[in-house]
Amino acid sequence: MDLSSINPALLIASLMVSATPILLAALGELVVEKTGVLNLGVEGMMITGAICGFAIGVNTGSPVLGFMFAAMSGALLSLAFGILTQYLLSNQVATGLGLTLVGLGLSSLIGKPYEGIKSPTLQKMELPILSDIPIVGPMLFSHDPMVYFSVALVAATWAVLKYTRAGLILRAVGESHDAAHALGYKVVRIRILAILFGGACAGLAGAYISLVRVPQWTEGMTAGAGWIALAIVVFASWKPWRVLIGAYLFGGVTVLQLNLQAAGAKVPIEVLSMSPYLITIAVLVIISARGNHGAPAALGKIFHASQ
Amino acid sequence: MKRRILLASAAVALALTGTAFADGHAKTKVGFVYVGPVGDGGWTYEHNKGRLAVEEHFGDKVETVFQESVPEGADSERVMTQMALAGADLIFTTSFGYMDPTINVAAKFPDVKFEHATGYKQADNVSVYSARFYEGRAVQGHIAGKMTKTNKVGYIASFPIPEVIRGINSAFIHAKKVNPDVEFSIVWAYTWFDPAKEADAAQALIEQGADVILQHTDSTAPQAAAEAAGNVVTFGQASDMAEFGPFPRVSSIIDDWAPYYIARTQAVMDGTWESTSTWDGIGAGMVAIGEISDAVPADVKAEALAMIDALADGSYHAFTGPINKQDGSAWLAEGETADDGTLAGMSFYVEGITGEIPN
Repeated sequence: MDLSSINPALLIASLMVSATPILLAALGELVVEKTGVLNLGVEGMMITGAICGFAIGVNTGSPVLGFMFAAMSGALLSLAFGILTQYLLSNQVATGLGLTLVGLGLSSLIGKPYEGIKSPTLQKMELPILSDIPIVGPMLFSHDPMVYFSVALVAATWAVLKYTRAGLILRAVGESHDAAHALGYKVVRIRILAILFGGACAGLAGAYISLVRVPQWTEGMTAGAGWIALAIVVFASWKPWRVLIGAYLFGGVTVLQLNLQAAGAKVPIEVLSMSPYLITIAVLVIISARGNHGAPAALGKIFHASQ
Repeated sequence: MKRRILLASAAVALALTGTAFADGHAKTKVGFVYVGPVGDGGWTYEHNKGRLAVEEHFGDKVETVFQESVPEGADSERVMTQMALAGADLIFTTSFGYMDPTINVAAKFPDVKFEHATGYKQADNVSVYSARFYEGRAVQGHIAGKMTKTNKVGYIASFPIPEVIRGINSAFIHAKKVNPDVEFSIVWAYTWFDPAKEADAAQALIEQGADVILQHTDSTAPQAAAEAAGNVVTFGQASDMAEFGPFPRVSSIIDDWAPYYIARTQAVMDGTWESTSTWDGIGAGMVAIGEISDAVPADVKAEALAMIDALADGSYHAFTGPINKQDGSAWLAEGETADDGTLAGMSFYVEGITGEIPN
């Protein structure tokens, strides 16, 4: 075994890139679930964001426009979910699953002309001074802007949820929509806004895969990342910083096992391949054993002002 | 959590079986079961090209149906059953993992003909067919051995099955022949198609110093990773992947299923279909080598072309002794060539490859 061929700085750098899509998607879903809505359509919104961002990126030559459009398309798709569940009171689980199927189909329809095309990709942004620090510089401070954006978004979500009045209202709606309604808060409007935010984040996550990480369009390219994002929200007990840890842990184990294999480590490959999933399950068990999951009390419950 | 997963799998199952087929038996109906999406740019893309060729060749006399992204296992059995119930006369199942499901379903529908790709189990109404991809791997190995500067070749393998192991051995033997210092780093991705994971695997190999990447997975993601790295050579897999040429993609292995699919459909129409085992290579045109780009030095290109010709006319076999197994025991003596039986069930590395084959 020659572990010296694994460069820790490069390993952590590719871990961050690998984890960014699930981080973004999980963060969006966290905000949605904090308002008491369970949207299982993350995978569908991600893949729609992936193809819409890719299409705009290719046609305009600007990945930034691609990301913006991806966020819009994800939000638009989630709006359909919002209208169905919040105004027409449909079942959230069924509607979310439907959204995933619609997203997968829609994306392969839109994507047909874009197969095998290369996209413009984001340039790496070397942060001045910081990126010159040895080891830490290339590890943490020479990524593309979306990696920094995703970490900043975690911080912003955390701060808003914890310290602002808006965050308090948002959490109140998720804990008891009847109480929030009685206090005069617009439950449905707040939930729709959260759903839109979740959709936009999922769209960005998808576009990150098609514009930066892979970067090209192939059908079904999100390959289940949306479901992992959903699991990470539970894993993180609905706390933003833990979402970051969960996403990096998952991305990290995936990248590490590929690196260990490439280095010829004498660890059974089956164990390495299942390690991300095993670790996720183990952490979920530990959290469940503690009893209080921290799930919003009104999660998945339908709200109507008359009830 | 539990409920989510349960519902998710229920929804997936629903989506897979939800396709309706029209009835009517005037035309010959041919079904195709694909492991990936038709737009994967590799393996499934080429099978679908074969399907389109069947449609074009027979026109109104034939009707084709297909189901893409069918997981290997119980789901595939359901898809095949549905195709057979819907009146398909001939069903092509195009991935190794469909082997047992194909045999199971074929036993229930003795009047329907089945064709399973890359497997080894036959029945009265099940034929097997595959291509000698390892001939193409020999050419790749030769070019890889000549072009690597770090003497480290990365290999993204999918599943530890004979077809993949043959490819690794064939590429290694021919790389070693022209470059005694060459080393292979093999990463098992345990997927045929997952662009993000394939990109990560390529990235890991590149970061550890590999400057040639061979892949046995179906997407073009490793090509894109190599292109981003700038100095890494790749080869198209299953399909030409010409959009990444002339560099990093310097050549490719292309599967051409169309002639076989047309011939077998014709056999069903004529009533002459019999259970057969077909294993064709470069000579019969089932395996083609994509254009070797100018990024390859002219002398290497000439040698590669000579090898292609020799493989095609049968004067050279990709597994010609002396070759030892990984543990040092003798496999093929000087001048001896491997028999098809051993190749079809190959489950060992040849001497010089480090690491173990996972089981």
